[in-house]
Amino acid sequence: MLKLSDLAYEQVRRHGEETYPHECCGVLLGLSKNGANEVQAVVRAGNTRTDSAHNRYNIAPQELIRIQRQAREQGLDIVGFYHSHPDHPARWSPTDFAEAHWLGCSYVITAIEQGTAKKTNSFLLNGTGEEDKSFEDEPIEIGSSALAGH
Amino acid sequence: MKIHIPTPLRQYVDKQSTVTVEAATVGQALDELTATHPELKKQLYSEEGKLRAFVNVYLNDEDIRYLAGKEDTPVKESDSLSIIPSIAGGLVGKRI
Repeated sequence: MLKLSDLAYEQVRRHGEETYPHECCGVLLGLSKNGANEVQAVVRAGNTRTDSAHNRYNIAPQELIRIQRQAREQGLDIVGFYHSHPDHPARWSPTDFAEAHWLGCSYVITAIEQGTAKKTNSFLLNGTGEEDKSFEDEPIEIGSSALAGH
Repeated sequence: MKIHIPTPLRQYVDKQSTVTVEAATVGQALDELTATHPELKKQLYSEEGKLRAFVNVYLNDEDIRYLAGKEDTPVKESDSLSIIPSIAGGLVGKRI
């Protein structure tokens, strides 16, 4: 289960619309509680794949270091990531799977059709390592009852 | 020195977010970490003993792969190491 406030959900989707026709990417900060990833902040990241930004994304490790430090200072963890699929469904691709390494984290994908955010799905990366990892469809709970993003 | 552990790897270090080790170099710090937590070693290193390509280790704000001394780079107690698996993906080879 991924829990997002209305605001955090909109922030994720809006980012994909803004970067269309390129892929956007960002990090979800929050806490893992009782088997759910609860998002408390959405942090935008730059897509370093300027050579192929319409169909690839990559977050620079230096930026991740900075975001992880920011999370630590707020008492939060990295609980997930998001990116967009311009003019493609909100399903993970083989590349998404091969390059997913954050076990236990939520990978959120938003389909952007002609600049407008459509379906948003989340996939939980399960497993104990590279050998047995798998993506599992993960329900998203959206609402003001979730903690506010900022 | 402190070693910051990312969320997916905490299950291999008794759920700690930070592990403190005593070491004189980057390599010693990683050796001590993986000696104390052998399950973590398999996650970080290939069978040939090389750091896996998707695992980034930073000494403060520097990637250890690009440090002049690599893993022999000396460290101080006030330094910190961060382990950061990479974040990437995309539509190339999209799922049918």
